[in-house]
Amino acid sequence: MNWSEFFAMKGYGFYVWGSYGMALLIFIIEIALVRHKRTITLQELRMLRDAEKEE
Amino acid sequence: MAINWFKYSAPATFYELAGKLVPWFAWPSALLFAIGVYIGFFVAPTDAVQGEAYRIIFIHVPSSILSMFLYLIMAGYAALGLIFNTRLSSMMASALAPTGALFAFISLWTGALWGKPMWGAWWVWDARLTSELILLFLYLGFIALHASIDDPRRADRASALLAIVGSVNVPIIYFSVKWWNTLHQGSTVKFTGTSMHVAMQQAMFSVLAACWLYAIAVTLARVRSIILERERNTQWVAELPEARS
Repeated sequence: MNWSEFFAMKGYGFYVWGSYGMALLIFIIEIALVRHKRTITLQELRMLRDAEKEE
Repeated sequence: MAINWFKYSAPATFYELAGKLVPWFAWPSALLFAIGVYIGFFVAPTDAVQGEAYRIIFIHVPSSILSMFLYLIMAGYAALGLIFNTRLSSMMASALAPTGALFAFISLWTGALWGKPMWGAWWVWDARLTSELILLFLYLGFIALHASIDDPRRADRASALLAIVGSVNVPIIYFSVKWWNTLHQGSTVKFTGTSMHVAMQQAMFSVLAACWLYAIAVTLARVRSIILERERNTQWVAELPEARS
């Protein structure tokens, strides 16, 4: 079996790779969002502290 | 065992513990995904009835199982928060909701892409599909309700009630293929065993384990930010090295 045959999935390639592709995309996006939220949260904590120092 | 489990119900100690645990769940998850997908595509044979399209099962079934279990775990944490007034339980419920919603979405998406070549339709208003769609809406409703109330403790209580009432939907999803005459095929994995080929089982259970580990890792990582946000006025957060500039 060669690779183009493998990716064709006997005509079901769109459905099979569309499923796995979406799942992978969602996992990547979710991981990126969780990391981004951590960065933002830590930034906010620092800003909050700096604001308190100035008072 | 002299471990004081209640120690970890305090947000400050759980924050540390969660941070240490994340890589221990994340890396095995990635490995198991790779193993499961490898077996699913290179070892498992072609299905006699559904041809190559059946290979969607290795992601469809695990994400459907996760979407249901994560809901029950979320509702359980929400109920604990409601009954015992424990802050961390409510934070865990909030951290689980987005991941559960995403697994419900993956389940519906992969189901549509499987339904089109097998049934000739992306979507039918079948009992299994409709109840899974309601599950996605319950997750979204939980997230939206929590976000719409400014006081976090009141938000916890209101959304906990929604989560608890909504959990009646989970057994409906599970038994829908038995109770009603549906287009959706019966359960692949039953409590009494499964009729699948050994390699198909290995692929599916590897991906299932990978999804569990992924869900735990991403929830623990998310709850750490929620803890910091909600405890930001406390002394221990002020003393955290990562929050110092």
